[in-house]
Amino acid sequence: MVTIKTQNLTKKFKDLLAVDDVNLEVEEGECFGLLGPNGAGKTSLIRMITAVSPPTKGDIWVQGNNLRTHSRQVKAILGVVPQLDNLDPDLTVLQNLTTFARYFDIPKDEAHRRSTEILRLFELTNKSNSRIRELSGGMKRRLLLARGLINMPKILILDEPTIGLDPQAKYLVWHKLTELKSQGVTQLLCTQNMEEAATLCDRVAIMHQGKILSLDAPSRLITKYVGNEVWEIELNSEERGKIVEELESHRFDFDDDGSKIHIFHIESDESIRGAVNFPETLRRRPATLEDVFLRLTGRSLSE
Amino acid sequence: MKLFSWRFLRVWQRNRDVFFKLWHSEAPGFLAEPIIILLAMGFGLGAYVGLIDGQKYIEFIAPGIIASYAMFSASFECTYGSFVRMEYQKTYDAIITTPLNVEDIIAGEIFWGATRSLMTGTVILAIAAAFQLVHSPWAALIPIVSLLEGIMFASIAILFTSIVPAIYSFNYYFTLFITPMFFFSGVFFPLSSFPEIVQTLSWIVPLTPVVRLIRALVNGDIQLDLLWSLSLIIVLAAVFFSISMITMRRRLTV
Repeated sequence: MVTIKTQNLTKKFKDLLAVDDVNLEVEEGECFGLLGPNGAGKTSLIRMITAVSPPTKGDIWVQGNNLRTHSRQVKAILGVVPQLDNLDPDLTVLQNLTTFARYFDIPKDEAHRRSTEILRLFELTNKSNSRIRELSGGMKRRLLLARGLINMPKILILDEPTIGLDPQAKYLVWHKLTELKSQGVTQLLCTQNMEEAATLCDRVAIMHQGKILSLDAPSRLITKYVGNEVWEIELNSEERGKIVEELESHRFDFDDDGSKIHIFHIESDESIRGAVNFPETLRRRPATLEDVFLRLTGRSLSE
Repeated sequence: MKLFSWRFLRVWQRNRDVFFKLWHSEAPGFLAEPIIILLAMGFGLGAYVGLIDGQKYIEFIAPGIIASYAMFSASFECTYGSFVRMEYQKTYDAIITTPLNVEDIIAGEIFWGATRSLMTGTVILAIAAAFQLVHSPWAALIPIVSLLEGIMFASIAILFTSIVPAIYSFNYYFTLFITPMFFFSGVFFPLSSFPEIVQTLSWIVPLTPVVRLIRALVNGDIQLDLLWSLSLIIVLAAVFFSISMITMRRRLTV
């Protein structure tokens, strides 16, 4: 069942088309990844879906409710984990949760019960009475995620939930997200961490310049755009010209990023070794979502 | 313009909780300062000032001090206070993802600012009463006037907050709007002592009707034309409240 649907969704700022006619369908219970370079329009898209920013054109439905007319009902079932820390520094850790619960009209006792329970789950119990500024970056991120769960959301919207975290904290967050998914919470995950997307997401959409370039399961995207294995060659410029020529003449699929040549869609070792005379610096590695990302969105900086 | 809902109460409660946690840091502003001004000006300057309308100077300024500090409370709360919450702490951004809408947040801020005025007005009234400067049971209505005054000044402040680029801009607000009102709205001197042009101007600034109303209530000097002052406060409050809803929505939902 489709739980978030956008139709011709467009966001235009003065001289920038941030989101350009996007049609998306997020299935209930899935973890849907939104990938894209900086300025691709991910955050604008998220801001529209969370009813913070009105679309210039198009519509959004969340569980059948049109966001234009039912934003309160929709926001009541969303949990939003923002990229930037907007915890309330005037309140303690526990009060951040209870106060947030009050915005959702959760009765006082229930709010307190849930808050202490969530703090326990995120290993923040001993910080209950701390001020926000006393928390480390990792603790703040955990608290942001914890806060997003206070209303027991059916849909969780996460903008770079593990940015700046050490591996321990990152794995804790991933573990929680996996657990939530098994409990049926739909997740819309905006990230630039390809490993995160490949680990957590059932499907990912790759966004660039306001448009969705491709959308599929991570493994299928990899198969489709780069194949299972990538060969990399690092060369000086003389040798490079020759190899590039050979690769071109045999119509191999490759990218030359200026320092390395990446060869994709290699059907068999023999086919390629027979055709091209490779130097010793050849390296073979499994293809990743990052290869797909770079192929689709280009290697140059987009802003 | 979209209407706000009862959910504004959630923002009001949040601000209340923070205030009562930190009230001791606010106390010098809303408690100590007005008492110092009242006593210093009242007894100090008052020794050199003859009777005004048959009143001692301290009796004359007490109602104006109530009105002014009620104004300051709402004004500071909804300029610096609201701006810090909006721009530095990103508190509005967080709340806006919950079932509250922009209008609920802004109404909550305005009603909280007005509550600050109510508290300040009431506390100074009590102090003035302790110094036997209050002469009429009509003064019991002053908290209600402070609340209305608070809605008016909080709305004007929020409107300004919705359009300023940076926190430094509030210097203009206080230097060019609030402080002149403090001196030219009949708080320290009767309006009749000013040149004609200042008198005319002072009748269109929003503190003047409040000072007049509170002074009348303190002295039990109840006349029909007070309704004019009251209506002016209510109309200004309603107009600025509505405009600030629109300008804040424009600022927050880009």
